[in-house]
Amino acid sequence: MNPLAVIGRITRNALAAIGRLVVFAGVAVSHVVRPPFYLRNLLRQMLTIGYFSLPVVGMTALFTGAALAEQIYVGSSRFNAESTMAAVVVIAIVRELGPVLGGLMVAGRVSSAMAAEIGTMRVTEQIDALFTLSTDPLKYLVVPRLVAGVVTLPLLVIVANIIGVFGGFLVATQQLGFNPGSYLQVTVDYLEVSDVVSSLVKAAVFGFIVALMGCFHGYHSSGGAQGVGRATTNAVVSAFILILFANLVITVLVFGVDAVG
Amino acid sequence: MNAQEHAARPAMIRLAGVRKRFGRKQVLEGIDLAVARGESLVVIGGSGTGKSVLLKCILGLLIPEAGQVFIDGQETTRLSPRARRVVMSRIGMLFQGAALFDSLPVWENVAFRLIEGERMPRRKAREIAIEKLARVGLGGDVADLYPAELSGGMKKRVGLARAIAADPEIVFFDEPTTGLDPIMAGVINELIVEQVERLGATTITITHDMTSARRIADRIAMLHQGKIIWQGPVDEVDHSGNPYVEQFIHGRPEGPIRMAVRAP
Repeated sequence: MNPLAVIGRITRNALAAIGRLVVFAGVAVSHVVRPPFYLRNLLRQMLTIGYFSLPVVGMTALFTGAALAEQIYVGSSRFNAESTMAAVVVIAIVRELGPVLGGLMVAGRVSSAMAAEIGTMRVTEQIDALFTLSTDPLKYLVVPRLVAGVVTLPLLVIVANIIGVFGGFLVATQQLGFNPGSYLQVTVDYLEVSDVVSSLVKAAVFGFIVALMGCFHGYHSSGGAQGVGRATTNAVVSAFILILFANLVITVLVFGVDAVG
Repeated sequence: MNAQEHAARPAMIRLAGVRKRFGRKQVLEGIDLAVARGESLVVIGGSGTGKSVLLKCILGLLIPEAGQVFIDGQETTRLSPRARRVVMSRIGMLFQGAALFDSLPVWENVAFRLIEGERMPRRKAREIAIEKLARVGLGGDVADLYPAELSGGMKKRVGLARAIAADPEIVFFDEPTTGLDPIMAGVINELIVEQVERLGATTITITHDMTSARRIADRIAMLHQGKIIWQGPVDEVDHSGNPYVEQFIHGRPEGPIRMAVRAP
C-alpha cells in the first residue's frame, strides 16, 4: 500500500471530521436563539448535568483540595513558607483544579450518557421519527443539552471551588495546626476577581465541550449497539482531550500576560 | 382500479427518476412511481433492495442525487426546513421498530405532534392520545407506561396511534408486521386497513410479508436492484408473468433473484 495514500486518507478523514464538527456546532448554536424552545427538555438536562453531578464533583473537589494542601505544606515547609499555603491552595483550586477536574468528572458522567442516549435514538430511528413529527432533532435534542452544559457547569464549579478550598482548610486546621481564622483571611486576601472570572469562563467552555461531544458523537453514530458503544467512548475521550487543551489555551490567554509582565 | 383509471386520477405522491447512492453503491437507479389520492401502494422486494431508502427519500430523510419527489403536486426534495415541516404535518409514519421515544410515556409519544408541533395544552393532548390509543385497541391504562414496558405488538400499536394522531393525509408503513407472530401481524394489518379507510389517507407500505401486502394493498410494486421491475393491481400479482415477482411471492430459492450477502 502506498504510504502517501495512507497519510492523505488519514488527513482527509481528519479534516472531514473537523469540518463536520464545526458545521454541527455552528448550526446547533444558531438554533439557540431561534424558536421553538424546548424548556422542559432544558430543565431536565440542567437537572441531569448539574444536580446529579453534585456528589461526584463535590467528592472529587474535597479529596483533591485536601491532598493538595498536604503536598503544598510539605513543599513549602522546606523553604519556611508554610504561611503561603492557603494562598497557593485557593489559587490552584480556583484557577485550575476546580474547573478542570469538575469538567473531566462531568465529561465522564454526562458526555457518555448523552452519546449513548442520542446514539440509541439514532440507531432505533427515533431521530428520524422526530423529523417526521415536524420536530427539528437538533433543536429538540442538541440545543437543550448545549445550553444546559454552558449554564450548569459554572454553577457546579463554584460549588467545587468552595468544597476544594474547604478540603484544604480541613487538612490545614485539623491536621497541620493552622489557625482557622488566619487561614481563611489569607485565602480571601489572595483570591482575585480575575481568578473567579477565569474559573467560570473555563467552566462554561468545558460545559459546551462536554455537551457538544456527547451530542455530536451520538448524533452521528451508526451500526447498532457496537456503533453506540464506539460513539460513547469517542465522546468521553474527545471531551477529555478538548477540555485539557481548551484549559491550556484559556490559561495562556488569561494568565500568560501576567507571567511575561 | 384498472390501469386507465389509475392513470386518470391525480397523483398524491409522484417520483420521477429518483436516484440515490451511498459511496460507490447505487441503491436507487431511477425510480418512477405514482400513488393516486386515497390509494394504498405496497412496495415489495428482498432485504437490501433499497425499500427503506426509497421511503426515506420520499420523507426527505435522505436527499436523492437526481430526480424529483412530488407530494400533492409540490416538489419536495429541495425544501427549506420550515416548508418541510409543513409538508411533514400532513404525513404520518410507522417505523419498523416503532421508534417510540424511550424517555416519554406512551401518551406523550402519541400526542407528540400535538404538544410540540401544535402547542396544544397537555391535558387536552392527553385526552386525544387516549382516544387514539383506543382506536388501536389499547386501554387508558397503557397511557402512562413507558415504551420499554411494552411488547413488540403493543409498540407497533402505539406507533400506529402516533402516526395517525394528527389525522394525516398520507401514511407510510415500514415493515409493519416484521417481528410479530402471525396473529398479531393479522391484527396490525386489520388496524392499518381500518384506520387508513377512516382517514381516507394515501399510503405507501414497504414489506416482504406477502400476506400483509395482499391484505393492505390496492396496488403492488416490486423493487429489485434499485428499479421498479413490476407494478400492478393486487389481484394481478399472482399472474404477473414476471419471473422475479413469481420467485418472490412464492419464496423460491432458485430463480433470477440472487440474494445479496453484504448490506448496502
